[in-house]
Amino acid sequence: MPEAPFEPRIVAFLCRWCAGAGADLAGTSRIAYPSNAIPIRVNCSGRVEPEWVMEAFRSGADGVLIGGCHPGDCHYVSGNYKTRRRIYLLKKLLGELGIAPERVRLEWVSATEGAKFARVMKEFVVQLKELGPLSVGRDPLSVNRGPSSEHRESVVAERQRETRVGT
Amino acid sequence: MSREPLTVDRNPSAVDRDPSSVNRNPSAVDRRPSSATDHGPRTTDHGFRTTGRGPRIGVFVCHCGKNIATTVDVERVVEALASYPGVAYAARHEYMCSDPGQDIVKKAIKEHRLTGVVVSACSPSMHETTFRNAAEDAGLNPYLVEIANIREWCSWVHNDPVTTDKAIRITRAMVEKVKGNHPLVPVEVDHAVKCLVVGGGISGIQAALDIANAGYEVLLVERSPSIGGRMAQLSETFPTLDCSQCILTPKMVEASRHPRIRLLTYSEVSEVTGYLGNYHVKIRKKPTYVDPDKCNLCGDCVAACPIRVPSEFDQGLSERAAIYIPFPQAVPSSYTLDEVNCLGLNPLRCSECSKVCTVGAINYDMREELIEEDVGAIVLATGYDLYGKEMMGEYGHGTVPDVIEGLEFERILSAGGPTKGEVRRPSDGKVPKEVVFIQCSGSRDPELHKSYCSKICCMYTAKHALLYRHNVHDGTAYVFYIDIRAGGKEYEEFVVRAMEDERILYLRGKVAKVFRDGDKVMVWGVDTLTGKRIEVAADLVVLAQAMVPSAGTEELARKLHIACGGEGFLKEAHPKLRPLEALTAGIFLAGAAHGPKDIPEAVAQGSGAAAKAIAILAAPTLTHSPEMAEVDEDLCSGCAVCVPQCPYSAITPGDVAHVNELLCEGCGTCVAACPSGAMRMKNQTDAQVKRMIQVALDVEPVEVGRA
Repeated sequence: MPEAPFEPRIVAFLCRWCAGAGADLAGTSRIAYPSNAIPIRVNCSGRVEPEWVMEAFRSGADGVLIGGCHPGDCHYVSGNYKTRRRIYLLKKLLGELGIAPERVRLEWVSATEGAKFARVMKEFVVQLKELGPLSVGRDPLSVNRGPSSEHRESVVAERQRETRVGT
Repeated sequence: MSREPLTVDRNPSAVDRDPSSVNRNPSAVDRRPSSATDHGPRTTDHGFRTTGRGPRIGVFVCHCGKNIATTVDVERVVEALASYPGVAYAARHEYMCSDPGQDIVKKAIKEHRLTGVVVSACSPSMHETTFRNAAEDAGLNPYLVEIANIREWCSWVHNDPVTTDKAIRITRAMVEKVKGNHPLVPVEVDHAVKCLVVGGGISGIQAALDIANAGYEVLLVERSPSIGGRMAQLSETFPTLDCSQCILTPKMVEASRHPRIRLLTYSEVSEVTGYLGNYHVKIRKKPTYVDPDKCNLCGDCVAACPIRVPSEFDQGLSERAAIYIPFPQAVPSSYTLDEVNCLGLNPLRCSECSKVCTVGAINYDMREELIEEDVGAIVLATGYDLYGKEMMGEYGHGTVPDVIEGLEFERILSAGGPTKGEVRRPSDGKVPKEVVFIQCSGSRDPELHKSYCSKICCMYTAKHALLYRHNVHDGTAYVFYIDIRAGGKEYEEFVVRAMEDERILYLRGKVAKVFRDGDKVMVWGVDTLTGKRIEVAADLVVLAQAMVPSAGTEELARKLHIACGGEGFLKEAHPKLRPLEALTAGIFLAGAAHGPKDIPEAVAQGSGAAAKAIAILAAPTLTHSPEMAEVDEDLCSGCAVCVPQCPYSAITPGDVAHVNELLCEGCGTCVAACPSGAMRMKNQTDAQVKRMIQVALDVEPVEVGRA
């Protein structure tokens, strides 16, 4: 029997006011996206602890999505900025551990961006399929094994993207 | 079925202090109630029933008619949950939110002595309150009830073999959360009994009057020197052709004289902090440099002022001095010295206005005032602007003379306008004999401009054309339209009157190009009903520009932490059922700031928002969600890492940190930052979320380590 194709397993932490409401809107608007992620609602993306991301990886997740409000739009004023800092540091650490930092995705999705939420989900699943199942220390792009130029580029691009959004 | 007394270990510290207490050890299986001894799940009238020690969670899965049941095998979800550790009862219903559905929940709580409830249904934003109230009726603390969203987040967006599996995982994760939930009691909060209304247009005025008439103090903040808004600029209103100012000014006067309305014109909201019932607002009141109590409106200062700039009120069709009153009926009735255009507020450079002011009303030393107030609720009625005609490349980027927008034509038609109500075109003052009105200019054009319909343009264009024909009897009016959308009381009749009685030529089609040719404006279009190309050598072209949110709407929304939709209009909490509320409690929306609207709708929404605000102001106390941060004083080292994390300054540092439960909004940012695990989020502890994660990802049916 042929092996079933790899389906990444994802945990999505969604803030109640923006990303969660955006996911609600994707539902109301019936915008289909892959069913790989199990969503967990939090009040604010600032509540998301880096340990939760590690717990998810430990429990078998191939990727973790964190959805918050756009910079400046946080329902709790500034929680999303704190998330950004924490997740940025976490990503650096993940690279050191041999887990591709791309497995953690921080996205700003507003309550009106149902289509964006669906798009992010689709993109993330495709990206994780390319990365393959998580195997600590063996991710193709891990820093441990010498970062490839692609990896460096993607990190730089992501950093630029985040800085642009933030300022 | 076993009938042991309830022995749930509800000691939170045992769960939270030591992560190892969340037992991932396989031996935990032994502590699981064995389904063999309980003879497995058994069917009851409504579903399955299992028994066991420890937590006794009830799971209630909703079909939502076909909304969930089409893609999720509800029966399988119930089966999978019935056999799940800690679940004492699982049932399903066609509509769990219906009375019979809620009765199932209530009955099960009593009969099965449930210690928690998970309703697997639609988004918690829909029915969380419904089921929490139902549980309370049945004697269960409402905070032991959680909603697993398997509709918006699952059944509506997926249709594959694992959709049911995802629904099961979402529900199981929620069961794990409820196992760790504690009964909580909402915090009672006192509140301010004053309301802030932002925007002094008709919608804001109506809201302010309704709230003040109900007996509450109102702060009415308006950015420009006078209240009145867009309605004050209009000539007549459709469909009755009432004089706009004549019906508006009594309301303006009433607002200005009302003992409970404090009018703050030429003012802007600079900062808003706080929460429902207790918003603290800072308002910047710009200096007008004229003392309204002394000013006797003689107007000598205007004649003396050497400066002339385009008048905002007349849409730039006339000029005003640097010291001005926007229009004669302005409220408050006083002059304003516009510091941007004044030669310098300096007697050494120019003090012409001050010299001629016999009553000494002009004071160059007036300074900006910062007004701080506590309000219980906020109504936003910040209105609209027109989409700039400079954006309309096909119609000459606003550079072709005599191509004007709707509001400019309103001023031309107004008795108090730049032409004293005579229809004359701006370039040379000639009476235009051929006028072309272009509807949907910037609206309904997703490729180039705005995709939405601006709603009022069909009506005001009909009014414009009709008033033009009343003014210029031998004139010809053409209207280019895509569709006529005249939904409203006596609106259709009004358009028909314009078409038939006034012989206005309605041409169905878009205008492709507008350009200057001599002293004419050439309009190239097409009549799609006859298929013929149309060319009109017009004297005047009026563009029915799209409505956009007024400048600064987005900035204000940011200050209040509420959302704007894609087009920048303020976003309501629910498009159908909560159209007057922002997602943030205590903030209400009225008028065109929320979306294109005509006057009756803006007034109705103003009154509606007022009623919502009054409900808050009239409440003896408000309740505050108890799902917030708390400190475990045994663990806290007093490091104060949490203190700067809090956006509400709710944490006081000390030997141990202290959380002010009135200020804490429950975001949990401090919890994530605490290095010693001393800061905890009530009913969303680390241990709870970690269990949720494990369960969400578990391949096999989950082994439980009961905390």
